[in-house]
Amino acid sequence: MRIAVASGKGGTGKTTIATNLAYVASQDGRTVAYLDCDVEEPNGALFLRPQVTEKRPVNVSVPEVDLGKCNGCGQCGKICQYSAIVALNNDVLVFPELCHGCGGCWLVCPVGALTESYRQTGELERGRAGKVLFVQGVLQVGEAMSPPVIRAVKDTAPQADLLIIDAPPGTSCPVIESVRGANFVLLVTEPTPFGLNDLKLAVDMVRALQIPFGVVINRADVGDGRTRRYCQLERINVLAEIPDDRRVAEAYSRGEMACQVLPSYRDLFADLLANIESAATTAGDGERASR
Amino acid sequence: MKELVVISGKGGTGKTSLVACFAILSKNAVLADCDVDAADLHLVLQPETIRREDFSGGKRARILVDRCTACGKCESLCRFGAVFSDGPAGEKAEKTFRIDPILCEGCGVCAWFCPEKAIEFGPAVNGEWFVSETRGGPMVHARLGVAEENSGKLVTTVRKEACRLAEERGLDKVLVDGSPGIGCPVIASIAGADLVLIVTEPTVSGRHDLGRVADLAQHFGIPAMVCVNKWDLNPQVAGEIEALARTRSIEVAGRVCYDRAVTEAQVRRQTAVEYEADGCAEDIRHVWERVDNRLGRAGAG
Repeated sequence: MRIAVASGKGGTGKTTIATNLAYVASQDGRTVAYLDCDVEEPNGALFLRPQVTEKRPVNVSVPEVDLGKCNGCGQCGKICQYSAIVALNNDVLVFPELCHGCGGCWLVCPVGALTESYRQTGELERGRAGKVLFVQGVLQVGEAMSPPVIRAVKDTAPQADLLIIDAPPGTSCPVIESVRGANFVLLVTEPTPFGLNDLKLAVDMVRALQIPFGVVINRADVGDGRTRRYCQLERINVLAEIPDDRRVAEAYSRGEMACQVLPSYRDLFADLLANIESAATTAGDGERASR
Repeated sequence: MKELVVISGKGGTGKTSLVACFAILSKNAVLADCDVDAADLHLVLQPETIRREDFSGGKRARILVDRCTACGKCESLCRFGAVFSDGPAGEKAEKTFRIDPILCEGCGVCAWFCPEKAIEFGPAVNGEWFVSETRGGPMVHARLGVAEENSGKLVTTVRKEACRLAEERGLDKVLVDGSPGIGCPVIASIAGADLVLIVTEPTVSGRHDLGRVADLAQHFGIPAMVCVNKWDLNPQVAGEIEALARTRSIEVAGRVCYDRAVTEAQVRRQTAVEYEADGCAEDIRHVWERVDNRLGRAGAG
């Protein structure tokens, strides 16, 4: 089963929940993999502290120009929708950081002056944190496009009974790439006006993707009651409420997992995991029945 | 005119709460909410919208069912896995092809090479943007459509409109609320700005993410300041972050203490500086003084 942990708003506790879930699941004998898809700011490793045993580059496609063959027809600049290639007089300029690697320019070039080449935009790291299999992607600083690095993380996911995907914040392309293919999305929120607004956006997103989902309300005793009312009204399953506990915040600040330093949290996360699995199974059954 | 961008690397460190306070404290600024896929500034500043525009950041391909012969060329060329062979029946094929609008990145390769000219390729509406009046000054903000692309282009549009508005009204500052991370929307928010304020928190994640977002500001040659929010959650890490900033020539703008009043104010649709006089509000006023002062000197060499 693949569970993605996401949220519209940042800092609601995605990494805390994803790492603790991976840890408690690994304690009951199942093989568990944790995939850090927040490749712009990957933080899971700070808590799981994995032994990284394998590193490899993530490459994306870009055109390579052979000016000797170019006849200056300018078709490459016309097909490119991203202003990543421009043909001028007797020169062809490529702006690799704008290129999406669609292949249009080298397909359209009538004289074979453009060929597919590759460049690195990130790195993939694999290893092990105790019993948890660990994969993370790291986007190179200055690169704009994280989806190819996220795709690489998902493509190298190890065989495991349970995959936990730690998604980036927001609701746009990097998040969509992270949660696509998951059996269940866990949306983490906090009961504040900002948290609720961004939860609604995240709910719209997972509904558009038609993936079953549930909500965790973190720091449940701050803010107001509007988030709970919203979930009730929308018939959204609230799978856990986690209290605002300064001890958890302080453990987090030091890079420690709640489950490891506060044993009472082991039950909370074990219950949450059980709730997720039962919700995901029910949703899966419903889907099969409706086909 | 000077442009300040508030970013954080890590999400949820308090960017928007700080920008909302800065809006109240500065009397001559235009606000730009560039966290376009999870915009929150409007929740506190309660804007009255005076202008609304559609945003089209790119194009999208759509198969014309009655022209499609199901030859499969589009499927073989698409690098984004956006073409599926389960489209409805058309005049020329029992089962046509179909393009998933969420997966489509708008490259147009399928439309260009379709032998039957059966793919329409035209502008897509990816969101909308607004100009509004608020009690903290005029504001430009936006909403990216559900599961839409092109957040970077929408950020650029919001910034451009905010600068135009500042010029039009004779205001000398633009305060930009950025998004978390270091990718496309963040790059679009900071490129060419005068000053970046990095809001972080005293945690190992905050420290780690600060390093990457500071590298990003440096990569684009933009001077940066740092502010540790909720510093008293872990004074030791707060000190380490400030020391790290100094070694990188990043000016420390000050610390803001952890204060539940921030959330209480948010629930009442207020900023912390409107809600209370002491506590974190006092810290935020000091941070703003230093940032405002530094912004005045930015670009002057």
